[in-house]
Amino acid sequence: MVDVWLERILFYGLALVTVGSALVVTFGRNLVRSAFALFFTLMGMAAMFVYLAADFVALVHILVYIGGILVLILFGIWLTHRVIDLDIRAGRIQLIPGLILGLVLMGLLGLTIRSFNLAARTPAPYRATASGIGRLLLSTYLLPFEIASVALVVALVGAIVIGRRETSR
Amino acid sequence: MLRTLLIDVGKALYLFSGLMGLAAILTWMERKQSALMQDRVGANRARIFGLRLLGLPHIITDAVKLLTKEDFVPAGVPTWLHALAPWVTLTVACLPAAAIPFGHVLPWGGQAIELQLMDMQVGLVYALAIASMAIYGVILAGWVTRNKWAVLGSLRAAAQLIGFGVVLGISLIGPVLLYGTLNLQEMVHWQDTTVLHGWLPRWGIFFQPLAFLVFLTVGIAETKRIPFDLPEGESEIIGYFLEYSGMKFGAFFLADFIETVVVAMLTVTVFLGGWSVPYLSADQGGFVWPWGAHTAVPPAGVALLQMAAFWVKVFAVCWLLLLIRWTLPRFRIDQAVRLGWQYLLPLSVLNTFGTAAVLLIVGQ
Repeated sequence: MVDVWLERILFYGLALVTVGSALVVTFGRNLVRSAFALFFTLMGMAAMFVYLAADFVALVHILVYIGGILVLILFGIWLTHRVIDLDIRAGRIQLIPGLILGLVLMGLLGLTIRSFNLAARTPAPYRATASGIGRLLLSTYLLPFEIASVALVVALVGAIVIGRRETSR
Repeated sequence: MLRTLLIDVGKALYLFSGLMGLAAILTWMERKQSALMQDRVGANRARIFGLRLLGLPHIITDAVKLLTKEDFVPAGVPTWLHALAPWVTLTVACLPAAAIPFGHVLPWGGQAIELQLMDMQVGLVYALAIASMAIYGVILAGWVTRNKWAVLGSLRAAAQLIGFGVVLGISLIGPVLLYGTLNLQEMVHWQDTTVLHGWLPRWGIFFQPLAFLVFLTVGIAETKRIPFDLPEGESEIIGYFLEYSGMKFGAFFLADFIETVVVAMLTVTVFLGGWSVPYLSADQGGFVWPWGAHTAVPPAGVALLQMAAFWVKVFAVCWLLLLIRWTLPRFRIDQAVRLGWQYLLPLSVLNTFGTAAVLLIVGQ
């Protein structure tokens, strides 16, 4: 009984941190504060993965998003403004397209979640996940995996093109 | 229940005091070793009751000095964020050690105690993921103090750590392919045997020499020490901790040494056989020498020898890291970043492909 309650408190605590900090990221007007709030959102998500016994995904999530992407975001904020500004304001642009996109994404995710009958599932015991993920990525999900890598290369080339144009002006 | 808890607390205390103790000794060793290399006497002023003890009391006097110095906070800086940065750095520096196996099993009252704090299936990824968070304390320190030199140091640290962080991960794929596991304890078990008719210990360094060199180089860069000390660069920008004094500066300073010890621990675990003692086999109940002789060792003796071997190896790698630190001059930031992206990254990718190809051929 105590275990169940502890688990519930843990889960809702994590959910609160994740969603709360996500709200700060979205609605905060101070960009640097938003970036640091994103740290807690990503940490909360990693904790959720641990909660679901997906240890490999949780740690790769930390490695890629907290150790890489978020540092780059902070880097970007710094380099595009007066470096020592503590107070960088976020503007609001494209409110309507953003809202539409957000609602569409929410609808799609909702449909996906509804298509699983979660209540009928019992928690499986913990198994090592890393080798299974590797095997699936190189067999069943090879095509999506390769498409993702092509998309990354396109983004990389695009970034270089934009960066070059800036210097040759 | 209580027994398990006590054992866990005991293991944590053992590992933590080993880590802290070694880091403290390194502060003394850094000065003494550099003095030896430069034909000086080195730290020898502090004494306790007239005993100089090769300058070892300097560890204590340094701590007292740092603890009693004025704790200076620049005007207009949020105090709690200013105080947070050094402790974030220090905590994150210590955490990867939790995944490192510091021995196999210790027989204790009819039970076997696993000598590892967290036996994780993905221990290596854990260590890398936590190490990648080390940048936040540095960024926070530069950003919160709003000093131009400190910000410059933080920016350099971010550029350097992102580049080298990528290489750090890729350089370890070769060994992971070879061992077939991400579990650090299983990696040590793989290395805890011999090849070449029992003459050569099956350590990772003999199979992955390129990965070892790349990992050690990147490891030095991750600890932000010479020749990669651009975020600190004493003679040019002083660094991200410019606006810190007293024990807050001491925390940054100590974190560097802890990171050195942690990098040494990872190197030992992945490439130098971890806790394994050459020719000592727990299954055979003692040393099995290459010429066929056998020396019996009781199980407790085996466990203690392995625990000692781990620290001896870590100490040896720390010594090597200090040797490198006092041999090389500092790179420029563009040289350091270019070295990471243009030389070490292709080398580590090459090593990954090479290892995969060899394993594919040998495996069939």
